[in-house]
Amino acid sequence: MLTFIARRLLLAIPVLLGVVFVVMLTIELIPGDAVSLMLGEHATPEAVAKLRDYLGLDKPLLVRYVGYVGRVARGDLGRSIQQNRPVVDELADAWPATLELTAAALVIAAAFGIAAGVISAVWPNSAFDALARLGSLFGLSMPVFWTGLVLIVVFALWLPWMPVGGMGSPAHLVLPAVTLALPSLAMVARMTRSSVLDVLREDYVRTARAKGVAERLVVAKHALRNAAIPILTLLGLQAGQLMGGAVLTETVFAWPGLGRLMVKAIFARDYVLLQGAVLIFALAFVVINLAVDLAYGALDPRIARQG
Amino acid sequence: MAVSAGVMIARPAAPATLSADAWQRFRRNRLALAGLVVVALLVVAAVGAPWLAPADPAKQSLIEKRARPGNKFLLGADEFGRDILSRVLFGSRVALLVGLLSVAIALGLGLVLGCLAGFAGGWIDVLIMRGVEVLLAFPYLLLAIAVVSALGPGVLNTTIAVGIWGTPTVTRVVRGAVLAARESEYVSAARALGASAGEVLRRHVLRNILPTVVVYSTLFMANAILVEAALSFLGLGVQPPTPSWGLMVSSGRDFLLVAPHIATIPGLAIMLAVLGFNLLGDGLRDALDPRLRGQV
Repeated sequence: MLTFIARRLLLAIPVLLGVVFVVMLTIELIPGDAVSLMLGEHATPEAVAKLRDYLGLDKPLLVRYVGYVGRVARGDLGRSIQQNRPVVDELADAWPATLELTAAALVIAAAFGIAAGVISAVWPNSAFDALARLGSLFGLSMPVFWTGLVLIVVFALWLPWMPVGGMGSPAHLVLPAVTLALPSLAMVARMTRSSVLDVLREDYVRTARAKGVAERLVVAKHALRNAAIPILTLLGLQAGQLMGGAVLTETVFAWPGLGRLMVKAIFARDYVLLQGAVLIFALAFVVINLAVDLAYGALDPRIARQG
Repeated sequence: MAVSAGVMIARPAAPATLSADAWQRFRRNRLALAGLVVVALLVVAAVGAPWLAPADPAKQSLIEKRARPGNKFLLGADEFGRDILSRVLFGSRVALLVGLLSVAIALGLGLVLGCLAGFAGGWIDVLIMRGVEVLLAFPYLLLAIAVVSALGPGVLNTTIAVGIWGTPTVTRVVRGAVLAARESEYVSAARALGASAGEVLRRHVLRNILPTVVVYSTLFMANAILVEAALSFLGLGVQPPTPSWGLMVSSGRDFLLVAPHIATIPGLAIMLAVLGFNLLGDGLRDALDPRLRGQV
């Protein structure tokens, strides 16, 4: 188990280094002079010189990369251009809001998605199953930002039950979290249905039923536990979907998180802040998938033994 | 003797019956047929927009701004008094164009990289697949946002961003299919009979991964339309006055209370288009290769 964990941790390092490289390259893609684009026409020569020095655009790519990796490792992501504050501080201010939103959405998606999927699988082709499958098709096809606006119109404007946007009370969280959760909920429901259906066809389930185990226990102990790995994999991948969706949801609901900070940074041409935000999202995603990988080892000892 | 036997093995003479078989399965699937109808309507709307649209999508009429759906404007008018139905019809062009071109980019790059990784193996495989892993480490949408924020907005850059976003997944799917085909007995047989690598690639591997690629491209279209709409909604994608559905939703945001139809109707178009491609893709998967269920 220990070698399994160590191996997975080591495998994550090249991915992280690659992520930092790609994030650094985004500034490379900017047509024209990135520095004057970021600072505008009226920048002082000192500010220009300082940013040029930070970005090191006159140095060779590899030198710059090594320097950038070193700074990122020390937690120095540069200074934001608009607020002239360390990017790390700006990110630290915004991330709890995003964590709250995505965690709430993940819980909603997992709870309702798994429940709906299990019910569908236990009574396949029932009325509930048909409705759930149709619902998940729509859930997968609705653009998140549009769902959010429709929910605002219905539940905040026509029926004034919920606040239109912003953050504060638990009521503020309901609409954004539901909006963000819907596509993932649909995916989880679909995946749970098909994995539980597959497991229910296995020989050991037939054996369990034959020896008289209650159907409730067959589903809870045999089916759900064996279907856990594909569902967990999907939840890990959905974390990425939720982070991307958070950018849209935060914009719709004026939620003061990383996604909104990122969109603001783009419009202010604050590429240093943008780089920091993208980097944080990608790092979080890598860490989550690493955690999912490690959880496999705990759920299925065969995986840990194979390394 | 050996040669004629080889020809028989190397050319499975049943492509016609295979596709006929698939069509039989597809035809019985009502949801798949519904998807086909939606996609066909979308194509008709995109091609026929100039003739189908009741009004000029750019013609403003300030007296009639934010008009409710009714006789003159079937789906209402937007904040500049432009006919929403006409703009939705023209918007299908942007959605399909960006979708098709980005699928082409992702498929082109993904096929080359995936075949290269699967066939060459060794350090080329390791290098390509590490790159894929790195790109997949960016959460959904964020890679496209990063690319388009650096390149700048516009139809072309949006297409490039969506195409790059799709490339790692295609590469992975193609490589997996190539590896599976490479290990198969029919490829060993073809090789043993002296088929060259290029011949094996063209005749056996590519032809065998075709169903996977078709299914994946259809499902990718759905996602490409969603990502284009999302980028345009954020103001990073297609720019006004080009009618893009995502952009139309975004511009209607300020009038949710007085005129909710401006933001909601273009969103319905996005949902319908995405639903159509999702249903078609699911149907094609079940018809072409039921084994793919749960994988793509």
